[in-house]
Amino acid sequence: MTDPVAARGAADMTEADARAAERARVPLKQKAPLLLALVLLWMMLWGSVTPLTVLTGLVVALIVTQALYLPPVVLSGRFNAWWMLVFLARFLGDLVVASFEVAWLAVRPRGVPRSAVIRVDLTTRSDFVLTGTALAVSLVPGSVVLEVDRPNSVLYVHALGVDSAERVERTRAHVLDYERRLLRAIGSREEWEAVR
Amino acid sequence: MIDAAPVAGILDIVAGVLLIGGALLSLAAAIGLLRFPDALSRLHAATKPQILGLVLVVLALALSLRSWTSLLLLIPVVVLQMLTAPISAHMVGRAGYRTGDFDAATLVADELADDVADAGRSDLPGASEPPRGTP
Repeated sequence: MTDPVAARGAADMTEADARAAERARVPLKQKAPLLLALVLLWMMLWGSVTPLTVLTGLVVALIVTQALYLPPVVLSGRFNAWWMLVFLARFLGDLVVASFEVAWLAVRPRGVPRSAVIRVDLTTRSDFVLTGTALAVSLVPGSVVLEVDRPNSVLYVHALGVDSAERVERTRAHVLDYERRLLRAIGSREEWEAVR
Repeated sequence: MIDAAPVAGILDIVAGVLLIGGALLSLAAAIGLLRFPDALSRLHAATKPQILGLVLVVLALALSLRSWTSLLLLIPVVVLQMLTAPISAHMVGRAGYRTGDFDAATLVADELADDVADAGRSDLPGASEPPRGTP
């Protein structure tokens, strides 16, 4: 694959080499959840569970994961199903409330809303938690992640309907709260201890 | 399949209410797209209220079809939408911000601009792009 944006420097080349080496080392155990999810999706799309769909699903999943290679997702090894449910319930609640808030901002007679770009310093160093937080924040209406500073775990969030410094702080606290809840569900023990 | 007529009737009514709710949210999204001032605000309308709208419509479908095969088809619809919508929103937002396609006067705070100024832009991927409109 070529990168049309910019000629890649030597640093990127070594990174690519490192990635290729990493690829060879990914154990099957780490790939298993993704393979399983892809096979499940395949069976859902066919709407049937037969030996044929399982087998073809497995073949397609293997081809997809090999041909369209992504960096391995490093999990913390900790998963608390109860707090994950709490996180999802809270997220769904926010989704419903915020959807109507943004809908109201759109149709209210009194002018258009103001917004802000807010810097949020997350505590996690895990790509998975960073991605999960960004995903949840972006799905809840009224906020979207504009930029991600991955080495420093910083999210820049554009928030709609923010009209005062107080609302800025509230939005920042909201994003940090999401990170905290996600760490409680899937974060490593040390990171969860750090934010609790 | 449920044969009891009253239950089916109630489920159909619930499905109808959910369908209308989903449609109204999508309508609000369309109105927001027209009324919001700039690209960054508009992308909220373009990507958000209709996620719940879609969820409601899919729920309505599940309630009125009442079959496992359709339910299994509807779950990936919602899951894939939830996985892809934030990414498209992020790409539009990122591009919109970098090209200066937003109205800085509507921003209460822009902490990204502060950090970009601090960093001198030189080590950022957007360094070679023309500078965005000054706030």
